[in-house]
Amino acid sequence: MSDAHHGYEDATVVMNADTMSDVVEILARDIAAATDGIESLVLLGILTRGKPLADRIAARIDAITGHSPRVGALATTLYRDDLRSGKSVTRGEQVTHFDFDVNGATVLLVDDVLSTGRTVRAALDEIVDYGRPKRIQLACLVDRGHRELPIQADFLGQKIPTDPYDHVRVRLSELDGEDAVLLERRSADPVDAV
Amino acid sequence: MAVKDSTVQQAAWTRKDLIGIEELSREEIELVLDTAPQFVEVHQRQSGVKKVPLLQGRLVVNWFFEASTRTRTSFELAAKRLTADTLSMNASVSSVKKGESLHDTLANIEAMHSDIVVIRHSYAGAARMLAERHSSAVINAGDGYHEHPTQALLDAFTIRNHIRRQKDDPNAGLDGVKVAIIGDIAHSRVARSNIWCLTKLGAHVTICGPRTLMPMDVERMGVNVTTDLHEAVRDADVVYALRIQLERQQKCLFPSLREYIRLYRVDKESLEHVLPNVLIMHPGPINRDIELATELADGPQSTVLEQVSNGVAIRMAVMHLLLNKS
Repeated sequence: MSDAHHGYEDATVVMNADTMSDVVEILARDIAAATDGIESLVLLGILTRGKPLADRIAARIDAITGHSPRVGALATTLYRDDLRSGKSVTRGEQVTHFDFDVNGATVLLVDDVLSTGRTVRAALDEIVDYGRPKRIQLACLVDRGHRELPIQADFLGQKIPTDPYDHVRVRLSELDGEDAVLLERRSADPVDAV
Repeated sequence: MAVKDSTVQQAAWTRKDLIGIEELSREEIELVLDTAPQFVEVHQRQSGVKKVPLLQGRLVVNWFFEASTRTRTSFELAAKRLTADTLSMNASVSSVKKGESLHDTLANIEAMHSDIVVIRHSYAGAARMLAERHSSAVINAGDGYHEHPTQALLDAFTIRNHIRRQKDDPNAGLDGVKVAIIGDIAHSRVARSNIWCLTKLGAHVTICGPRTLMPMDVERMGVNVTTDLHEAVRDADVVYALRIQLERQQKCLFPSLREYIRLYRVDKESLEHVLPNVLIMHPGPINRDIELATELADGPQSTVLEQVSNGVAIRMAVMHLLLNKS
């Protein structure tokens, strides 16, 4: 495992592959139980790692309910509030894509890490530019705290207490070759919190 | 929060203005092309709001001294799709007509706190001259026979999208792609910007036209030169027809329109050996059946309207990079 974490030697594993699989299963069960009218449920994974997570949750919901919700990808970069203050320009290679109508739908936003809430704020602005969902909910794998906006997850995998400068790294087999959540302790050197 | 290494890349855009392709690096060109796809998505939205708030409250001034439909509306639409405010100044009724200098007029525009000034002017160097003296970001929308950088960027973007689809490779570039540019090279800022752009991206460019419409020393730009259309298009992946400005004939730069059509028109006969796979491009407006046969301009290989559509996304990308650079 240390090879896979090359470059992050001081990182501790706060969620391993087995736990992640259980967490996804519990999230899917909670979502299925809480959603009346499962046909109107659509999932939007926030790129990059929210998308494979949304695919996994959708597959589990399908196994539980027999209904396979549609999944799309949300880039959110064009709605970030730090671009206009000159923080950094992103390349737009990761593009929002979904082929369903959000009007009247129950939209479940899926992201890997919830922190400041600013990404979710951007996602909400982006979604309402596409239409008026019946409601929008939020599912996150982990919540590391340090909120800067009044946003909470409706469905949460695990809370991870962190210091502001710590680094939480979610690794998913689809992109990174393994499933794990790592906590990297840092003293200063603030990371981009978006 | 979670590090999203693959989405947050360090951008290399540091320029205040976009004046020409000649001074750009390959990395800068690719940065613009890589920034554009997200804006294609915005203006192709089937429902909802076809705009994003990236330039909210900024002022974009379009200042055109030459006739233009496509480019002016494209810049104006790009600004609106970024939620900027736009002003269009028609030079024929502006105070430049009363003798005010370009510098004075722009100083007055800047007193109204413009953020971007898009300028088209018949003098090569007009955009650079203004960019050097004024604080607004200046985008050259065509200066004389010099450059038309956003046209070259949208053309490269269009070619790259097709190459990526053909090869089924989302990271394919223009390396080794063969592009034949046909027509009046000497009087074409589109050709000049495209030659810089395509050669920097690794494409092989062949230019072709009557000798009187070739610029001097054009080989120094790293292109093949021929006066034989069949030779030019022989292994081409892309055939790019330029607009023939009909007034050139009155200056005796080519003997007759009929001769030009016979020797240089891009049509089914001249492309018979390459047609099934070649892309047909034209910057517009087309003189139908003069430089480009109608059946090709409207045919399945034509990217003419796709170029127009991509133009909005590329101009959104340029404005975003200029104003939201780190």
